[in-house]
Amino acid sequence: MADGAAITAGQVEHLAELARIAMTSDELEKTAEDLGRILSSVARVTEVATDDVPATSHPMPLTNVLRDDVVGTPLTAEQALSGAPASEDGKFLVPQILGED
Amino acid sequence: MSNDLTRLTAAQLSAGLRAGEYSSEDVTRAHLDRIEQTDSVLGSFLTVEPEQALATARDVDSRRAAGEELHPYAGVPVSVKDVVVTEGIRTTAASRILEDWIPPYDATISTRIKDAGLPILGKTNMDEFAMGSTTEHSAFGPTCNPWDTTTVPGGSSGGAAASAAAFQAPLSVGTDTGGSVRQPAAFTGTVGVKPTYGSISRYGIIAMASSLDQVGPMGRTVADAAALHQLLAGHDPKDSTSLSDPVPDFLAAVEAGARDGSLTGKRLGVVKQLSADDYDAGVRTAFTAALDLAQAAGAQIVEVDLPSLSYALDAYYLIMPSEASSNLARYDGMRFGLRVEPESGPVTAETVMAATRAAGFGAEVKRRILLGTYALSAGYYDAFYGSAQKVRTLVQRDFAAAFEQADVLVTPTTPTTALPFGMEDDADPMALYLGDAATIPANLAGIPGMSLPAGLADGMPVGFQLLAPAKQDARLYEVGAAIEALVSDAAGAPVWAGVPTEYAADAASTTTSA
Repeated sequence: MADGAAITAGQVEHLAELARIAMTSDELEKTAEDLGRILSSVARVTEVATDDVPATSHPMPLTNVLRDDVVGTPLTAEQALSGAPASEDGKFLVPQILGED
Repeated sequence: MSNDLTRLTAAQLSAGLRAGEYSSEDVTRAHLDRIEQTDSVLGSFLTVEPEQALATARDVDSRRAAGEELHPYAGVPVSVKDVVVTEGIRTTAASRILEDWIPPYDATISTRIKDAGLPILGKTNMDEFAMGSTTEHSAFGPTCNPWDTTTVPGGSSGGAAASAAAFQAPLSVGTDTGGSVRQPAAFTGTVGVKPTYGSISRYGIIAMASSLDQVGPMGRTVADAAALHQLLAGHDPKDSTSLSDPVPDFLAAVEAGARDGSLTGKRLGVVKQLSADDYDAGVRTAFTAALDLAQAAGAQIVEVDLPSLSYALDAYYLIMPSEASSNLARYDGMRFGLRVEPESGPVTAETVMAATRAAGFGAEVKRRILLGTYALSAGYYDAFYGSAQKVRTLVQRDFAAAFEQADVLVTPTTPTTALPFGMEDDADPMALYLGDAATIPANLAGIPGMSLPAGLADGMPVGFQLLAPAKQDARLYEVGAAIEALVSDAAGAPVWAGVPTEYAADAASTTTSA
């Protein structure tokens, strides 16, 4: 990609599967074109990212933050379920997890 | 009478309320009336909450009448970007996937606003999940710029900026991941601040890119932005990135900046990489004029070189989508928000997720999720995400060196004034992203930035950006207040006072009656 090579609709289809987004073939074509343009530009970052430069994941120096292990009720079960598309018996109701085949 | 109250700044309203010149109910009703009169054209709000706002106002009025000690800004209404979670008030992030979501909890800043007694007028429009720079990416329609309703207000906090500019709200809460507070402030002649990363709690802010996102105060004046920042800032145990430092006195900084001679000896660093050819002539002229005023008032102008900035935009467009693709994985149609079943084939968790996300996300959101998924894939991670993180280090080093030579850095906020609607259709996405070149570096480095009006170019506001070292947000308010006063004195009135106040229903023309 660093030389700006094209990204294919087939690659986008694979990414869309990983990202769990159903896409039409038109969308795949258009996205392939957009991603190709963006990636050929942003690949410039490799020019200056030499081995002697450390990575920064976070803008401020932070340490891990832990709280006391005390039980609380930030949300009641009813509140937690209040926005659910479907629920039953105080639980989230979801489609079958695995396909038949 | 009712509309007069909407023309006052938050600082004036705070003083008037405490002096008993009018009630919070008067003030809140005036702003709700103003929204009612103007928002069918402007589209600043996705949700307006008259009953809750008036209930808060009446509560503040009765407590104040009873002599209770209240927050100084109690009773001053505020609009809140729809990316901030509000218990009992629909919160959508301008996305179909959250169209009907009524949160069961408050963001920490929602709690702070409520505890301080500021009536929440409603939730403002934005680009979907804060992804965009025009507010055209809202799933619920665009917002118009009150300066010219044929142009965009900027984004992603476009509704927030428009609401402040058009006298619908004296204060407004936005968020800034790559310029989403500062760029719409520039386009609408208002003041917007991106605080130091961690200054304001993000608990309950719908996340886009967690290492970049920050809540930002907006208003028509530097003092009003400072007051809102003061109210929102402070450590929050519910946000592990929240700074534990004591909150500086931002209003004292504004007062210091407003004093004569406050700019004497202050070093303003003009960024070599962000000052020349990429800016429209009108933007350059207004920026330079404001800089000349600062120099005449005693400021020292120096040029600073930040060579890594030419890579900042590229690093941002790897880091932001990578983090967004991860954050937006939570919209799976299972626990909250939209659920859509596939039209054909088996109905499983996987196919429901794919159908839900296909129907619930707009094109720009899908594009960024897929870009992030690509950049984080095995085999590309080191080259893309890893390299972008190294660029981040280089940008931070450049800023550290620049702040050895200058107290604040200055740039035009944006290359152009507000653009007409539809500029994004069929354009090269990278060319569009270039508009964020001056604002993105602050998010990468975690440092604070402010946009305030420099003046007008062809009748449209131009933004002047100030950047300060991390945790030196007060410096922005001090220098910002000084420059605001110089620009206002030179023009004979503040920039915001010149905004058209009536908007034609066809959104094709505006008339001034201010």
